Amino acid sequence: MSDSSHDIESLANREYKWGFVTDIEQDTIPPGLNEDVIRHISAKKGEPSWMLEWRLKAYRRWLEMTEPHWPHVHYDPIDYQSIVYYAAPKKQDGPASLDEVDPELLRTFEKLGIPLAEQKQLTGVAVDAVFDSVSVATTFKEKLGELGIIFCSMSEALRDHSELVKKYIGSVVPYSDNFFATLNSAVFTDGSFVYVPKGVRCPMELSTYFRINAQKTGQFERTLIVADEGSHVSYLEGCTAPMRDENQLHAAVVELVALENAEIKYSTVQNWYPGDKDGRGGIFNFVTKRGRCAGRRSKISWTQVETGSAITWKYPSVLLQGDDSIGEFYSVAVTNNRQQADTGTKMIHIGKNTRSTIVSKGISAGRGQNTYRGLVEVHPRATDARNYTQCDSLLIGDRCGAHTFPYIDARNSEAVVEHEACTSKIGEDQLFYCQQRGISAEDAVSMIVNGFCKQVFRELPMEFAVEAQKLLGVTLEGSVG
Amino acid sequence: MLEIRNLHAKVGGVEILRGVDLTVRAGEVHAVMGPNGSGKSTLAHVLAGRPGYEVTAGEVIYENHNLFDLAPEERAQEGIFLAFQYPVEIPGVSNSYFLRAGLNAIRKERGEPEIDAFEFLALVREKLKVVQMDESFLNRSINEGFSGGEKKRNEILQMAVLEPKLAILDEADSGLDVDALRIVANGVNELRREDRAIVVVTHYQRILNYLVPDFTHILLNGRIVKSGDRELAKQVEEHGYAWIEKETAKTSQAEGRTLQA
Repeated sequence: MSDSSHDIESLANREYKWGFVTDIEQDTIPPGLNEDVIRHISAKKGEPSWMLEWRLKAYRRWLEMTEPHWPHVHYDPIDYQSIVYYAAPKKQDGPASLDEVDPELLRTFEKLGIPLAEQKQLTGVAVDAVFDSVSVATTFKEKLGELGIIFCSMSEALRDHSELVKKYIGSVVPYSDNFFATLNSAVFTDGSFVYVPKGVRCPMELSTYFRINAQKTGQFERTLIVADEGSHVSYLEGCTAPMRDENQLHAAVVELVALENAEIKYSTVQNWYPGDKDGRGGIFNFVTKRGRCAGRRSKISWTQVETGSAITWKYPSVLLQGDDSIGEFYSVAVTNNRQQADTGTKMIHIGKNTRSTIVSKGISAGRGQNTYRGLVEVHPRATDARNYTQCDSLLIGDRCGAHTFPYIDARNSEAVVEHEACTSKIGEDQLFYCQQRGISAEDAVSMIVNGFCKQVFRELPMEFAVEAQKLLGVTLEGSVG
Repeated sequence: MLEIRNLHAKVGGVEILRGVDLTVRAGEVHAVMGPNGSGKSTLAHVLAGRPGYEVTAGEVIYENHNLFDLAPEERAQEGIFLAFQYPVEIPGVSNSYFLRAGLNAIRKERGEPEIDAFEFLALVREKLKVVQMDESFLNRSINEGFSGGEKKRNEILQMAVLEPKLAILDEADSGLDVDALRIVANGVNELRREDRAIVVVTHYQRILNYLVPDFTHILLNGRIVKSGDRELAKQVEEHGYAWIEKETAKTSQAEGRTLQA
């Protein structure tokens, strides 16, 4: 027994390969938060005055709010006055043409597997690269522009597409939504903006890669994706950070709006630094992600693979407003060592005949604590609403924990809500069965874990599914078939 | 091929095997019979190297290896196959992926090149006939939602693909109806070969009607107390195990007296 569980744990204890620091001259402001800091950030970005007003409104609201402590996670109090709210590589005046981007930054992203240089760009994927507080480059912008698709950094959008941003920002996650989202509304520095016009099917994957580099910095990005009537877009976000002893706060907001017949597929491979094996350092990933199926027959699908961060607190949700709209949530969350995750989704059925699917796979190893928390809410007029929830936990070793908190609130008698849950351990039985067929314990564990996650991985775009499998510290030869 | 000498083993601190001796040569089929709790399954699992089974004395030589020097996967790679009494379910992993991973691990050990998905499919199609299974089995998750009969047939399919030197079938017939039993037994018969030994561990002799053994051994209280041929199995069918128990008790009493004298 001890041998095989040791194998499982050592497999899970793969090293964090993205923990390097880029040595680059930074333009930072002193730690601390007040109205001047917000004015400073807004001025740095040359934002329209309405944006500054909105930020200040949020800040004043935030001062009256208290940090939520209902999640099933534990951490020392965060000192919001010791965080640096703006850090950017110097001589960077917004995303310029690629020739003007500091070669050191290009090298950093190349090292992370995100080549930005024109000749090396990933085919079929347009990337917005965000380094600390600013976007450093966006690829394939012109090509997408020909179709009327806007894909740029949030700062740029606020300058060039101010009216569009104004119309939709805060329309899904209001500035007063919750403690972390409100903080984000006050101090957000960059992020991506996507607008897909009527009837356009975006021909490539859009992707944002977030990198925290500077010390003691918080990353507060804000992403807004709007899919106009009958359009279709698939978007992916990835992220890494250096290994540092202190915790760093990442409080992002993502808003999605799908109009009539539009479809947004949003995939995340979250690989922030998780801290060391004793729980020192790591990112606090406190994120608000929400989509609004505003129009009829619209669809929003969240897929997330959460392997990093010391603490993950996020509930990518869907407001199903339009009749016949569809919301989906597919999640793999892994906690190892001292990692903690409290994650899940909210599916709010407002329109008639709305449907939602939730598939959550939690994997706990080491002393990891993994919580699924989900809400399925059916409003009185949401006749014929349907939800299917499947919520599975896999335990590796005997010092970890899995917890499930499903909330169901059905206020329409015709609604059909199904919930299935199961918890299993990688059994010695399963391991021995594989070994008896000649497969090593290590390969057996990766096979079992991948099998467990298969339902979620198949929702990811092909290249990223491969990445996700690698991230789980597993190799999978050929296809799973 | 397999030489078991004075094998003692404990499970959960309780001694189950108390001095098993057994010799198996290539080409032979041995039936190991015994009532519940006699140690049949323990013997099978000890040979395959299941964790939690503690060998306290004795030795097992397999193909010139000291068997206990080998990890479970190494034993499999060296050609030992255990058909499980309760085959394990692994959700999300397809049968074909699993089988190919096992086959390639064994081929690698033998210094043979790995087999690709296309070659594998051609190979496995032939093997499916052995157990009368259709191709849809390959894409299903390992044993998940399989009926009892399907699970047992799946074990024999794996045996057919992995081509072991020594196959140990642990209660291959339990829970099977007559038709499924015939398919499983005939499947194994097709896999009988000059260079392959088969050990059938069973409570009932009915599988031996189809899968005729060269030798029958009776395991009682952790020891092989009686060996014979096919006829011994039939005697057990007719009279149960009680008469052998009595006979053994007498023998040990006699031994006791001899010792006292």
